[in-house]
Amino acid sequence: MSKHEYAFYPGCSSQKGASASNYLTSVEAMCKTLDVKLTEIPDWNCCGASIGYAEAGELPRHVLNARNFALSEQNLPGQEIVATCAACWLGARETRERLTHSDTLMADTREALKEAGLTINEMPEIRHMVEVLIEDLGFEEMAKHVVRPLEGMKIAGYVGCQTNRPFGVAGESFENPVYLDKMVEMVGAEPIPEYEQKVTCCGGALAFSEPEKAQAQIKDIVESAYDHGAEMIVTPCPLCQANVEIYQGQINKRYGTKFDIPVMYYSQLMVVAYGGDAKAAALNGQVIKARRLEEIAAKPVKR
Amino acid sequence: MSANTAVAAKYRNNFLKEIEEQVEMGDWVKMCMQCGVCSGSCPTNFQGAWEHPPQELFMMIRAGKREEVLTTSSMWNCTSCYNCIVRCPRKLPITHIMHGIAEYAHRLGMAPKLQPTRFFSGLFWKNATKTGRVNELKLSMGLYFKDGFVQGIKNGMAMQAVALGLVKAKRLNVMELFGGHKCKDQKGIQAMLKKAYEIERSRKTARIAG
Repeated sequence: MSKHEYAFYPGCSSQKGASASNYLTSVEAMCKTLDVKLTEIPDWNCCGASIGYAEAGELPRHVLNARNFALSEQNLPGQEIVATCAACWLGARETRERLTHSDTLMADTREALKEAGLTINEMPEIRHMVEVLIEDLGFEEMAKHVVRPLEGMKIAGYVGCQTNRPFGVAGESFENPVYLDKMVEMVGAEPIPEYEQKVTCCGGALAFSEPEKAQAQIKDIVESAYDHGAEMIVTPCPLCQANVEIYQGQINKRYGTKFDIPVMYYSQLMVVAYGGDAKAAALNGQVIKARRLEEIAAKPVKR
Repeated sequence: MSANTAVAAKYRNNFLKEIEEQVEMGDWVKMCMQCGVCSGSCPTNFQGAWEHPPQELFMMIRAGKREEVLTTSSMWNCTSCYNCIVRCPRKLPITHIMHGIAEYAHRLGMAPKLQPTRFFSGLFWKNATKTGRVNELKLSMGLYFKDGFVQGIKNGMAMQAVALGLVKAKRLNVMELFGGHKCKDQKGIQAMLKKAYEIERSRKTARIAG
């Protein structure tokens, strides 16, 4: 039996063929090495994300998240809910906070949930995967499994917004969180603590609806990584990853830049450092290929 | 009587009260001390996209500028980055208030019709709640084709390189157009959401009557 077991909320973007499917693949390989057992919440639904606000209203949004809590409680009693997606984590945590602080909202939520034959008795803890890594396992434990340090790689840790605000990771500052830099260091690469765009917004959903506004922000994020000599950007958020990676071509056209920098998940770096191959780290899921990381992943591991 | 006329009649010259009673987190508005940290922290306001940045909206609400506040495109520029929330010295949940005012304006039919993020926001929610899970392909297509077929093809062509990159990386599946990921208990989801809307509506109507 695994020491660390959680109810898993993968979220829409993590599904097969979806925009962050490479995140899930690498998380699965990472958790296997770290002996972390994730059991998917059966029939989980979308968190509504922040951008659903025009139609969502308050109660429907919380009911949507509460359905996942109820399913988790029913099927995986006593387990904390772990999300890999920043928006899922934020949405669920926000619902948890609001329901905990308002008896009316809680009662209304229970009444609506009844329509789906569900109920909540206990409010679950909502954790982000990086919280599990940092708080439940710790850097020492994570570092133990490194058999193939990513030596000589300079990586900009891009934390973004929703893993960082409004909740964030305990003990970290909103303006300058350092855990991602510590993770980069942990896998044997060189972090860039002075990377000043680490908590800049990627534009979120505006990357779809108003691309020119989002791309102005993405340009700053990528440009600063280059300025600091990074050969790669790493992030804990699926939307940050997609936005910063896939629009580089359009930004080049718009601004005459020559951006071509890979944007990875922390879990992909960890899988390669843990001796996993390119497939386990889902390196084929990059739109901008991480060539150097592919080369490292192809090297034999000295054990 | 339209929804807008009903609330306008009830709250007449007290727009602040209307916001407090009808908008999520609206009762925080009066706490604003006009320091402007929110506006200075907002990434899209930094680009000059907000006609009225948050602290200005708060003052306009207190000044009873109902029409101007509800019809502005300002709060639709929110990227949900939560910078304003964590920096506000008086701890106003500004992001949620912006979403709340936007949602209220949308509900009353006063939000700018052509505002692209207003459109996308509604599209996202409908897409996600229809089957319980987001269908990314249909979501993108719905956005590209919002201004008709010809414009849709143009938008699609402009996005071709991005889409192809994602398809090659197996992060966009064209088969999603014919189904895709979904929840099993869609009936339950629809029923509980319908109930949630009913409860929310009745609570807000009760405040108008009260």
